[in-house]
Amino acid sequence: MSAQRINEVVSFLNLEADMLDQGEFDSWLTLWHPDGRYIVPIEPHCDDFENILNFAFDDDAMRRKRVQRLYSGESISTTPRARTIRMLARHRILADTPSRLEVRCAQSLWEYRKGKAQHYVADLHYQLLPQPEGFLIERKVVRLLNSDGYLSSIGYIL
Amino acid sequence: METIPVTNIDPGLSHKAIAGLVRHDRVHTSLYTSPALFELEMERIFSRTWVWVAHESEVPEPGSFKSSFVGTQPVIVVRDRKRNINVLLNRCRHRAATVCEHRRGKTNNFVCPYHGWGYGLDGSLRGVPHPESYGDALDKAELGMVRLRTESYGGMIFATFQEDIAPLSDFLGPAKKWIDLFMKQGAGYPIQATQAHRFRFPGNWKIQLENTTDGYHFPIVHKSFLSSVDKQTEEMLNFVDGGGYVEDLGNGHSVMVMIPDLVDLEENLEADIPERFLSLAQALRDEGHEEMQVRRIVRAVGGSGFNLNLFPNVACSMAFFRVLQPISVRETEIHHVAIEMKGGPAIANRARLRLHEHFQGPMGFGTPDDAEAWERVQRGAGSGDDLWIMLNRGLPGERPGADGPRSDVSAETGMRAAYQQWKNYMTEGGQGV
Repeated sequence: MSAQRINEVVSFLNLEADMLDQGEFDSWLTLWHPDGRYIVPIEPHCDDFENILNFAFDDDAMRRKRVQRLYSGESISTTPRARTIRMLARHRILADTPSRLEVRCAQSLWEYRKGKAQHYVADLHYQLLPQPEGFLIERKVVRLLNSDGYLSSIGYIL
Repeated sequence: METIPVTNIDPGLSHKAIAGLVRHDRVHTSLYTSPALFELEMERIFSRTWVWVAHESEVPEPGSFKSSFVGTQPVIVVRDRKRNINVLLNRCRHRAATVCEHRRGKTNNFVCPYHGWGYGLDGSLRGVPHPESYGDALDKAELGMVRLRTESYGGMIFATFQEDIAPLSDFLGPAKKWIDLFMKQGAGYPIQATQAHRFRFPGNWKIQLENTTDGYHFPIVHKSFLSSVDKQTEEMLNFVDGGGYVEDLGNGHSVMVMIPDLVDLEENLEADIPERFLSLAQALRDEGHEEMQVRRIVRAVGGSGFNLNLFPNVACSMAFFRVLQPISVRETEIHHVAIEMKGGPAIANRARLRLHEHFQGPMGFGTPDDAEAWERVQRGAGSGDDLWIMLNRGLPGERPGADGPRSDVSAETGMRAAYQQWKNYMTEGGQGV
């Protein structure tokens, strides 16, 4: 694994993280392969996401609706939208083939809204499809540390 | 109007003072804010009535257990070897440690991790390490885990600390026929309670209780959800001007019928399949299901057209169980338990899960907006000196229904029913049923 390859991956994931913190959701949509899945599971040890309840299991259409909802001003839990700042670290490339790259990293995210700050920590597990320039996201799984505990409303994209 | 301060309520609340907080058309704001009232609620409501703890499908086999709560008290729901369901207080009789910290699982017994006291699946004390030090002082028959009285209806398990309470069947009364209707969303397969969306909001439990029978808020709070569904579904869910109704079913229970055509899921199956389910219907046909069964399953996926609100902590709400758990006077935990058809077609169960994810849970398109509204109720309730929560919507149009007063779909009839029951329990006039 070359340092350049790791840099490419980390740069791409940092770009995604920054788009989400800055509220550039339309740009975020362009990072995805049309068949990609955005998944926020509940069960920590289950990989069969399709046949189990998740917090989010978004295909392209649901991702677009989620973004639309954030922009619409129709939802009182996202207007005003929570401010978020997230840091990614501890990247580990799990597989790297010409057709697919798998990477896991840690995410530490702070949310602030209406005088209240909350902290969410998660493992992010990506499947990325290498492109002539950069990558497209084929799958992003956000495994929250406390996913099987109780959460509060999350009015943004993890 | 009688003056009752929101703050500084006398902790020695008399029955008369409590009764004065609930009128036929309004309740006093202190019901959301008074820690003294909350303490009394745990004692006089949650410790004295039937409280939902689990669905039978969550404890399918001998040894299957689930952790739950009755009010703020932790309990274990467990099926024993005789297949009886026991609800046990999660507390060792020695020095009080909880004997189980798993949410669910399967076990042969419960062993306290502190000193090793071991209990059977029925809660009986089986053995203690090094018993010789007790001599004759250890009466094992007296020191089983505390067992709550437990009864079920339609697979829904309820427990109570009140040994001499009237049977669950009497407590549910006319709600039973609505439970029967709700269970039709198995489409002939057994109902399976699966994972839940769990979240907390900073507000009193009764704010959430009200919401399940509040049709008025739907088009306002859930505008962003309605914008995310197809036109036909949006029209179906714009039910506030429709022919639905809310009916008081007695004992604090109520039903809100939002979509009258979907009260009995097995009626009028010849009706057109909604557009959003056309591809699912075709996929089911391709799997070889008969046309009527296809229609039955598709109906089941969409869920029932009503919310059955059972006092005090559970609702059969369209396509899921809504469970509320009071944490403190101003904090409540909610579980939205997804329901599947056990052994049913995987494509249909997947469709149910995706619908649940779309609306429910902390990342759904519906629940977070509800939670925001409830949180605002609690914040607002902290202001003002002698203000009331108004519950008079739909009163002028209220008429006798099949089982109790009935009014239009956005009436506050169900809330009035719940608060009258609250008053009965809190003034200790409603023990038993």
